[in-house]
Amino acid sequence: MWNEGPMIWTSDVLILLTSVGIIGVLTHFKKWKWLWDEWLTTVDHKKIGIMYLIAALLMMFRGGVDALLMRTQLAVPNNHLLTAEHYDQIFTTHGTIMILFMAMPFIFAMFNIVVPLQIGARDVAFPYLNAISFWLFFFAALLFNLSFVFGGSPDAGWVSYPPLTELGFDKGPGENFYLLAVQITGIGSIGTGINFLATIFKMRAPGMKLMKMPLFTWSVVAASIVIIAAFPALAIALALLLLDRVFGTHFFTMLHGGDPMMFVNLFWIWGHPEVYIVILPAFGIFSEVVATFSKKRIFGYSSMVASLLLISVISYFVWAHHFFTMGAGANVNTFFAVASMMVAIPTGVKVFNWLFTMYRGRVTMSLPMWWTASFVLNFLMGGATGVMLAVAPADYQYHNSYFLIAHFHQTLIGGTVYGLLAGMYYWWPKMFGFKLDKKLGMWAMVLFNIGFYVCFMPQYALGFMGMQRRMYTYPAGMGWGTLNFISTIGAYLMGLGFLFIVIEVIYSIKYGERDLTGDPWNGRTLEWSLPSPAPHYNFAVIPTVTERDYWWELKENNRTHELRPKAETLKSIEMPKNSARPFLMGVAFFFAGFGFVFHWLILGFAALAIVAAIMIHRALEVHDEYAVPVDEILETEAATGRL
Amino acid sequence: MAVSETHLKQGAAMSELPLEYQTPNDSVKILGFWIFLATDMLLFGCLFATYLVLRTHTDGGPTAHQLFDVPGFTSETFILLTSSFTGGLATLSMRNGNKRAVISWMIVTILLGLSFIGFEAHEFATDVLAGATMQRSAFLSAFFTLVGTHGTHVSIGIVWMLLTMINVARRGLTPATSRKVFIVNLYWHFLDVVWVFIFTIVYLSGVVM
Repeated sequence: MWNEGPMIWTSDVLILLTSVGIIGVLTHFKKWKWLWDEWLTTVDHKKIGIMYLIAALLMMFRGGVDALLMRTQLAVPNNHLLTAEHYDQIFTTHGTIMILFMAMPFIFAMFNIVVPLQIGARDVAFPYLNAISFWLFFFAALLFNLSFVFGGSPDAGWVSYPPLTELGFDKGPGENFYLLAVQITGIGSIGTGINFLATIFKMRAPGMKLMKMPLFTWSVVAASIVIIAAFPALAIALALLLLDRVFGTHFFTMLHGGDPMMFVNLFWIWGHPEVYIVILPAFGIFSEVVATFSKKRIFGYSSMVASLLLISVISYFVWAHHFFTMGAGANVNTFFAVASMMVAIPTGVKVFNWLFTMYRGRVTMSLPMWWTASFVLNFLMGGATGVMLAVAPADYQYHNSYFLIAHFHQTLIGGTVYGLLAGMYYWWPKMFGFKLDKKLGMWAMVLFNIGFYVCFMPQYALGFMGMQRRMYTYPAGMGWGTLNFISTIGAYLMGLGFLFIVIEVIYSIKYGERDLTGDPWNGRTLEWSLPSPAPHYNFAVIPTVTERDYWWELKENNRTHELRPKAETLKSIEMPKNSARPFLMGVAFFFAGFGFVFHWLILGFAALAIVAAIMIHRALEVHDEYAVPVDEILETEAATGRL
Repeated sequence: MAVSETHLKQGAAMSELPLEYQTPNDSVKILGFWIFLATDMLLFGCLFATYLVLRTHTDGGPTAHQLFDVPGFTSETFILLTSSFTGGLATLSMRNGNKRAVISWMIVTILLGLSFIGFEAHEFATDVLAGATMQRSAFLSAFFTLVGTHGTHVSIGIVWMLLTMINVARRGLTPATSRKVFIVNLYWHFLDVVWVFIFTIVYLSGVVM
């Protein structure tokens, strides 16, 4: 920490100043109690969703700065802006943060904000577990980011392959930070998967049969199934590597019978399904957006559901395409090559269905729709290059090249990030009660989208020209200079686009169009039948659903009054109590992680003992719910003009 | 009762269900626990896969054949299978509304669980003292981790069973405590199933092959 040079010192100072600033503002405005009561101890899915969203956007910033540093380093040949070690750390944290601490919390933000409202529920199945999941993610992210100023970041790539990551080759605490932070957030993710599967299967409004569920909810089912089935493999891979590093076992070492390929297999058994975990909810968002802004029911609803589920199944039969060059032989490679290509079929079905929904629809080009339209073109190219990569013999040429980098960024940014941004714009009024400014949003969209192509198209070519991923610098004679420079310009354009989103959010807080109807987009699903933002108990009266797109049907037939509460029939509502324990559990996990990172086993085990104590306290708890009195419901509903 | 109440009450049918399923909140929790067990099963699946790959990677150290003690792991198996049966009897007594019997069978289950852990600790200690530590070879790393993970699960199960017993003793057999009895036994049976695989894949094939 003290000998790391001016870059880290500046960061230290900035972090310190920001922290002092936050503490100062909270104290000045006397907001500590508010923060504790309303946010830190909350079990309300909507608030948890908003916290996920804020954290995801912050992490997008951090990961984005990493990306810009990398692109700056590669802009010209023979550049030595960063040291090689620092560059290694940056590409490692960029990958890890973007997948696990940006994309995952972003999809969980959407799960939390939308699913209970869409299915007519008052909260998720396990609100307390939901809060635990959030705080595990939050403190894991904190732990991971701490590595940057406290001992050094991990530097072995986001895949963390042994034997490179074994103690003999990687002494520093960076790798431990990676293993523990990812493990902790992974536990939280498993909790979220279980929670949403149970929520959707058990807590739908009466009459909402599975085939009447909105497609976003279906995509959450598919993603949750993949989470549940994939994350245990990651947990094991990380735990075994940690055992190797901390307790000297030999799972993946070169000596004493260890097998490094075992890690690679375990990692990708999680790793490939993981990219479908983050893309499936994005697909669900596109389905909602396209139907709403085309004012048409989605084309091919049942094929949309089938394709979601098919993708979630096929996702398990593709993992070995990450190491076709391992030498597993032609038969193994053929199996995984064919399976990988097969993913394109259900995905293609979805793309055609979105296009057919738009066809002859009355399309409104709002911000969510712009992101959706840009996604289609992007994903078409990303999908096609994916099939190219799936050709095992050709992959010997592309393997670990910039062609691969361009491909997965095109699918992960062009698919997941575009989808999540579309979802953010779409549900923003539902979360906060106002729309985001369209003009600034268009600037963001156009800059980001153009920047995207300028950044990644050259990388396809660079891959063919032999440039490998994770290269720290390259000599001038390779002919890669121009394309790399163009790519860097694109990266900065994307950064500028992100900046416009930030400006847009700040501007819209003050000047954004207020949403008084609760239904600013003329939506189709149940969440739009509620005021914006929804009351904390969501539905004063649980609706009985008879149609798919029920809210739309009601509007068409002038029956919307049926969903309004009636004063005489209101009953008190049981809601879960806030609890400090999920937050404290996160803190305890943070200290446990910190202890094990630096081999301070006493701190580690003491913190785990606190986790155990919290769990025992929970096991002996009797009542974790309270009744919201009728008067309060009447008052809330009257304030939104629904009574 | 909970946020799920309105969604799940299906009229009179509810009262014909066993106690632990009678409130929507408890029946959702049981479903959630089944899904959790699926993730736990996959966790063990990955450990089994690792063990199977590394089984022969002994690096000149002790092999499974030299290490495994037939009377030891056979006793462990009988004890754990019996404890699963007594756990089942606790659930049965819960269904019959017999609080005292529930507590008694849970005590028996806990004692059997403790003796299982005792046997396992003894086995591990013997191996380690003979130089067969988890640092010796990849095979031993995989063996200790797989069997140790199961043992940790059993230990957690014992504490959990104890807490559930306290709950039953304090509050009697309500839907909530019955659900706790049901779930902790589900967990216990699951550990039993995992042990059957450990018995076959690790110990039996280790001794035979």
